[in-house]
Amino acid sequence: MVGRLLAGDQGAFAEVVSAYSPLMLHVARGFVSTRASAEDVVQEAWLGVCRGLDGFQGRSSLRTWVLAITRNVGRRRGVADARELAWSQIDDDGDGTVDPARFRGPADPWCGGWTEAGAPVPWSPEQLALDGEALALVTSYLRELPERQRTVVTLRDVDGLDVGQVCEILGISAGNQRVLLHRGRARLRGLLEDYYNRGEVRR
Amino acid sequence: MTPPPTLSCQQVVELVSDYLDGALDPSTATLVEEHLAQCPGCATYLEQMRQTIGLLGAVREDQLSEATRTGLMAAFRDLRPPRP
Ligand SMILES: [Zn+2]
Repeated sequence: MVGRLLAGDQGAFAEVVSAYSPLMLHVARGFVSTRASAEDVVQEAWLGVCRGLDGFQGRSSLRTWVLAITRNVGRRRGVADARELAWSQIDDDGDGTVDPARFRGPADPWCGGWTEAGAPVPWSPEQLALDGEALALVTSYLRELPERQRTVVTLRDVDGLDVGQVCEILGISAGNQRVLLHRGRARLRGLLEDYYNRGEVRR
Repeated sequence: MTPPPTLSCQQVVELVSDYLDGALDPSTATLVEEHLAQCPGCATYLEQMRQTIGLLGAVREDQLSEATRTGLMAAFRDLRPPRP
């Protein structure tokens, strides 16, 4: 692929742009606060890739190299816009991710256990069908997550990057990554549950 | 003698994401597994977490706008003219 790009093969360039841009947009959103700025970052990153191809030694995969360029452009842009997300500040308010009213209180011998009304009810296969509304729901709920949770959940669960890659790209610790991922996933599960249980009595 | 430690449902739900990622230390993972084996509520919670992650894996990708893409293709032609 690098050889084809070096030879000026436009089809090859179109291919890599399609293949990597979604992930690059997600990485960029980790550093800038709007979709439009992220698009600018990705555009600038691709121009950097075009210019830097001759120096690309193939020590890493093309994808890793492209992502590193995206991260660097994104970080620079985030600083310039004074909108850089504070990745060092952990998103943990210490509260549980599930409404405490759904668990038994201290007076109960099963303190901390689900109450009868609070226990989760399984979802039906119909509710989860990918050709149904589940995918649209999760897509729109993802957009509503706090920025840092959304970025981590997207890179891990939508794009399939591993913990190490996400920590390196965003410059966060593994512990920080875990908290953001946990809170983001828990919130998404809760939003789906709220939707599926809507109209039913719940505590 | 101290009784064997156990986890409450309220504690288990905060460990489920790490459990699915294999990020728990082995003794905590065992406690979570023991709890899940006898608690339908938490087993459902875990399953729903898995299902949520499964749905995320199917989220359609974001793409560049057509205008940006066209601009990039033009820039590539300029910067890297076809070479025989
Ligand atoms: Zn339980």
